[in-house]
Amino acid sequence: MLDVSEIQTIDHDVVVIGAGGAGLRAAIECSAHGLSTGVLSKSLLGKAHTVMAEGGMAAAMGNVDPRDNWKVHFRDTMRGGKFLNVWRMAELHAKQAPDRVRELEEWGAVFDRTKEGLISQRNFGGHRYPRLAHVGDRTGLELIRSLQDHGIHRGISFHMECTALELLKDGDRIAGVLAYWRETGRFVVLRTKAVILATGGGGKAWPVTSNSWEYTGDGIAMAYEAGAELMDLEFTQFHPTGMVWPLSVRGILVTEGVRGDGGILKNNKGERFMFNYISERFAPETAATVEEANRWLEGDKSARRPPELLTRDEVARAITAEVKAGRGSPHGGVFLDIASRRPAEFIRRKLPSMYHQFKELAEVDITKEPMEVGPTLHYFMGGVRVDADTQESTVPGLFACGECAAGLHGANRLGGNSLSDLIVFGKLAGDGAKQYVSGLAATPRPTDDQIKAGIRRATEILNRDSGTNPYLLHGKLEDTMSRGVGIVRQKDELEKAVAELEALKVDAQTMKAPGASQYNPGWHEALSMRSLLVTSEAVTRAALTREESRGAHTRLDFPGESAEWVKYNVIVKRGASGEMVVEKRPKPEGPPQLVAIAHAKIEDLEAGKVGADVT
Amino acid sequence: MAKRSFKVWRGDAKGGEFKQFEVEVDSGMVVLDVLHRIQAHDANDLALRWNCKAGKCGSCSMEINGKPRLACMTRMNVFTDEETITCQPLKTFPVIKDLVTDVSWNYKQNKRIRPFKPRPREADGTHRMYQEDVDRVQEFRKCIECFLCQDVCHVLRDRDSKDAFVGPRFMIRLATLEMHPLDTDDRIPEIRKEYGSGLCNITRCCTEVCPEHIGITDNGIIPLKERVVDRFYDPIAIIGRKLFGIRRRTKTLAEEGAGGSSGSGSGGGAGSAAGGKAKEEGET
Repeated sequence: MLDVSEIQTIDHDVVVIGAGGAGLRAAIECSAHGLSTGVLSKSLLGKAHTVMAEGGMAAAMGNVDPRDNWKVHFRDTMRGGKFLNVWRMAELHAKQAPDRVRELEEWGAVFDRTKEGLISQRNFGGHRYPRLAHVGDRTGLELIRSLQDHGIHRGISFHMECTALELLKDGDRIAGVLAYWRETGRFVVLRTKAVILATGGGGKAWPVTSNSWEYTGDGIAMAYEAGAELMDLEFTQFHPTGMVWPLSVRGILVTEGVRGDGGILKNNKGERFMFNYISERFAPETAATVEEANRWLEGDKSARRPPELLTRDEVARAITAEVKAGRGSPHGGVFLDIASRRPAEFIRRKLPSMYHQFKELAEVDITKEPMEVGPTLHYFMGGVRVDADTQESTVPGLFACGECAAGLHGANRLGGNSLSDLIVFGKLAGDGAKQYVSGLAATPRPTDDQIKAGIRRATEILNRDSGTNPYLLHGKLEDTMSRGVGIVRQKDELEKAVAELEALKVDAQTMKAPGASQYNPGWHEALSMRSLLVTSEAVTRAALTREESRGAHTRLDFPGESAEWVKYNVIVKRGASGEMVVEKRPKPEGPPQLVAIAHAKIEDLEAGKVGADVT
Repeated sequence: MAKRSFKVWRGDAKGGEFKQFEVEVDSGMVVLDVLHRIQAHDANDLALRWNCKAGKCGSCSMEINGKPRLACMTRMNVFTDEETITCQPLKTFPVIKDLVTDVSWNYKQNKRIRPFKPRPREADGTHRMYQEDVDRVQEFRKCIECFLCQDVCHVLRDRDSKDAFVGPRFMIRLATLEMHPLDTDDRIPEIRKEYGSGLCNITRCCTEVCPEHIGITDNGIIPLKERVVDRFYDPIAIIGRKLFGIRRRTKTLAEEGAGGSSGSGSGGGAGSAAGGKAKEEGET
């Protein structure tokens, strides 16, 4: 029988799970507060999904257009999120992002500069002013490397290639994490007073995604199993521009920066179709003609923004509609053209990774030809429900920040708000964990039984004589999610997906990975499948519950936003007997001053007729 | 679709051998796709690292037909139809399993390097830097830490002088800090003594394999070597320091010649001139 005393044990005050932007920023804050801090990362340090972020991080510094300020950023975020965002989170984010960006510079980040020598800012979808601090189109790499190079000197313990399996509790409280080293397959128990989840989303449940293998919803699933509430999971963002060809790179991201820097979308008739998809909400702030959009590109501040820079949900739906109407590109996307809009030298300087990526993977020279692009599953707006100021979940001692937390983005995230989300709420989660740990009377400890059960669940997969191939099971899951829970959804398809997921859960009970536990990707895949299945089921059930179309959640059977549904969040949690419970819960109303800013006409906000009393 | 032959090294620290796989390959595939297909169908436990699949994270480094490359950026159509494609782990680092090596040595080198130390902010709370002054540093910061340069570096690979030289990746990290307009620290003495700048003999193999096309040798290592030479081997500067205690951060010939312009091409002429000077350092 398994002897728990023989399992490696590491003690920390706080364990951060995930070493992307949010996890590293949280760990730096914990360490600055004097907490013994451990970071678990599934990959090597510096390889997390954050490196794939391209366009930039949104912060209303006003370096390029002095009319920008936190209120405009807040208003853009709420409107982009279709008013489902947690008011306080959108406020904190807009207010604190500039300081967090400047802090990165203090830690060695080298952003592109304005002529005056300040941090340059670029245009992006849904942001009224040029707002994204950036480094060409590799901003995520700059963010992660700056945090990494700063963090390694802060006394943080980095546990690389170490995967968290389950959260351990002492009564209601967090007491530890059960994990395993990928290299050896050995288990490790991290005893800790608090856990900060920074595990990102679960895009790997879909076949066409910009997400890497790591994005299996581990944090969402672990939090759910530990009893935490999840929120807004029906909102899965399809980024409008992923590569569509060659097949092997289908889904890989093409930054919104291409459109921010002047790129336009065309169908196979050469039409700039986005002018046909401008919704009422954005019409007053969007160019009505090609001529006006072109003036905007030339820097005319009286011209309105081109419709290619509408929010991601609107652009993704427009592309899907064009393809469906038979006006798509040869490989089932549309054309994204910057070659005819900007000189080759400009494109190579501002979009070097895109140039490189298309040249090497698709043999397309984007300075000469248009790119073929189509929607790709990119981001989870929903995740673990947290307190806005402390990022604490409904389980004491369990915190979440970054993509795996819900609230900031509402029904749709604006591009550039993710990187700023990581650093703003990563820091706040660190502060929250410090506050929690300081208030603990005694150190919570997990029981041996929990540890033994967790290890048994993981090793069964290796010990079985035969069973389901986890890779093939993953393929089936992708198939279910793409057919049933895609960009456009409806009741019967969602119900069918739920039924299929139930069947897949049964198959998953008998997964078998051949080989030993040492660096065994088949075993890792099987363990990730457990997280993916919980996450996929939560997304599907939430999508079935929300009977309206809002932001990234589009229901064919319930078109349009409903005035009733904006008052509710969909909450998912584990029921008393282990079943998944879905609840339609009233959303707290925002403070009147913030509500007024979010709904104000931009002219009134800027003239000080609204919001002048808020600081 | 066509069947292609793959030879993949399988084994661990104790040893191993190449295993042959015949795989269906579709048009547009890269080597990583084929390895994933092998993993899904023929060898579930084949160990390899990958993340972004777009050349941005530097995880899938391996030796493909003898050359250090990223598997995700190596298209299958660069090989002839009959060619057998051989995949093996990076040779410079110890094997963990199959195509996965223990690269932790690199993380230890990074930790040895003293961190960024900025000058105080300006009165308005900002740092002012001009684009032309950060172009070179931004070139270095494109590094995705794939460690292909470390793999191909003769000093690390053949002579196994890992204790004496930090390797091209960390020379570039040091160059980033030394050329950062805001940094106030001085790492030139360690660059010579502890990080082993003199051991690089400028064969430029690292530059050739860099998937980010960073001018590692000409734009990074040679200017660092020059700074070392100026500090420790320039008789006038030495007398000046002895008499007046002057220790200024000198701009090197290569940097003055390059005039702050970006791109790996610009360092070419200055680089070869500097090569002689840097070689002098190598021989001391």
